[in-house]
Amino acid sequence: MITSGKRHSDAPAIELRGASKVFRTPSGGLHTAVRDLDLTVEQGEFVAVVGPTGCGKSTTLTLVSGLEEPTEGEVLVGGVPVEGIGPEVGFVFQQDAVFPWRTVLSNVMAGPRFRGVPTAQAKERAREWLARVGLASFEDRYPHQLSGGMRKRVALAQTFVNDPSILLMDEPFSALDVQTRALMSDELLELWGGTGSSVVFVTHDLEEAIALADKVVVMTAGPATVKQTFPIDLPRPRKVESVRLEPRFVEIYREIWSSLGEEVRITRERGAASAA
Amino acid sequence: MPPENAAAAAASQTKDAEDAMDIHQAEQTKHAEQTERAEQTKHAEQTKRAEQTKRAEQANEAGGAGRGQGTKGAERPADPARGGRTQARARAARNRRLVVYATRVLLLIAVLALWEVLARTKTIDPFNFSMPSKIWDQITQWALHGTAQGSLWEQIWYTLYEALFGWIIGVIGGVVLGIALGRVRFLADVLGPYIKVLNALPRIVLAPIFLIWFGLGPASKVASAVVLVFFPVFFNAFQGAREVDRNLVANARILGAGNRRVTLQVVIPSATSWIFTSLHVSFGFALIGAIVGEYIGATKGLGLLVSASQGTFNAAGVYAAMVILAVVALLAEGLLTFAEKRLFRWKPAEPGADR
Repeated sequence: MITSGKRHSDAPAIELRGASKVFRTPSGGLHTAVRDLDLTVEQGEFVAVVGPTGCGKSTTLTLVSGLEEPTEGEVLVGGVPVEGIGPEVGFVFQQDAVFPWRTVLSNVMAGPRFRGVPTAQAKERAREWLARVGLASFEDRYPHQLSGGMRKRVALAQTFVNDPSILLMDEPFSALDVQTRALMSDELLELWGGTGSSVVFVTHDLEEAIALADKVVVMTAGPATVKQTFPIDLPRPRKVESVRLEPRFVEIYREIWSSLGEEVRITRERGAASAA
Repeated sequence: MPPENAAAAAASQTKDAEDAMDIHQAEQTKHAEQTERAEQTKHAEQTKRAEQTKRAEQANEAGGAGRGQGTKGAERPADPARGGRTQARARAARNRRLVVYATRVLLLIAVLALWEVLARTKTIDPFNFSMPSKIWDQITQWALHGTAQGSLWEQIWYTLYEALFGWIIGVIGGVVLGIALGRVRFLADVLGPYIKVLNALPRIVLAPIFLIWFGLGPASKVASAVVLVFFPVFFNAFQGAREVDRNLVANARILGAGNRRVTLQVVIPSATSWIFTSLHVSFGFALIGAIVGEYIGATKGLGLLVSASQGTFNAAGVYAAMVILAVVALLAEGLLTFAEKRLFRWKPAEPGADR
């Protein structure tokens, strides 16, 4: 899937080396979102990043995507430093980011069209992906006419149609209800299965993280840095609803929660302190 | 988004009437009134239409695929009792609408009748205040026999032409500059203070200057219409370009859009609803610009009709010109609303529900 000749075929898909990101706040102060972050994602690996809310997980994704540059350190994609937004990156946002003034089909066509694919071909590819996410009969609808889950499917099709080798997902299903969420997780695994792309999936839901990922990375309370990494040895293919009931899942959950829970507590205490 | 630069501060004037200058303030209130009125009618129409389509869809879904989508299947018109009730509800809504319309017409008749009676019984001075029957006579006389400056249609056409021309130029200028300044920070920083100063100027006083510059012909009226139209459109376009959902921009960039594509395919579409709000108001301004220009000095137009009637103490003539103007403005407004509906099919039915 990696086309550029510069990229090393044996290099990890994503590598962050000592990356930090400092933002200037509106009041003029400095806010460190990410500090000294080391993270490696192998090719074809599904990595879930969990951490307390607001700790800077999303910033990590914007660094990898090229939307933001690190203040310090290095971000490599396919062994090459990130400069701007690369064509191999796909990003699924937490909030609705489909274009409300475009129809479903036109939304999915947007990526290929932006990249200069001829209309007929873009339409064909878009229809193919719409069929895969089960929205073939909704191509003429506008996003506001769809349910939240359907809009998320449009977003997935919109991202997958570009054949990204790097897939970044920022709490993509957090706005959905529990049942839809499980369904979408299964669909994501199915869609991803055929692509061989590397995924970074940010979430605050540990269950979701374990059910989906090959590796779960626990972040510290902000400024975010990697606290611990846990390999997930549950067999694939997985079904999210059933894998949750397996004893091994519960074991892993307990193990990771002992690490994550502490960070959550720290964040909570800070919140209480600033509220007081 | 902190409004650090001056242009942003200037833009906040469109929302914040308090720090605006006199004329701007007048614009604000007018704007508010107009949009409110427009939205009321629009809302009523839209909900009506939305309900119809929704019901149709529900019928489709219930009859067709039979997807178990809980809430949607709930209102099944197959049930006769329910069908009867929806029909009754529709009838009640229709009746209510009829009552509203009837009351509206009655109110108009009552006001006009009162005016007529007061004037005829000399309770108010008919010479100064005129009366509806005289105004009507004046309109028909103008329509049938022409005015002192030529046929009535020619006057209407002149005013419309000036207003429309000025409006188009002002809108294009406002949109282009608004989007450009909204997108290019450097431009906004450089031009911001100047635009703020120009906006602070009560622009209607420019009409006499334009008359000196461009003469009695249409050009001076077009110019005053342009300066009145430009600013509200500019500020709305500017604000619209800055308030674009950052997620949408980020998404477009990830999907492969460059700066030009982001502007054309994300910023402009999402700013259109802002721009359209200003189009409604600004057409009114264009008419004002044209009329005031004509009133100050012209060879043709409705404004001239007003000033000529005033010069001959013909109160009925002034009112008649006003009535004609109101009709023209309402027709233009209707056309705009129609165009807007075609353009905003992608929006949810309830206005304001989304933002």
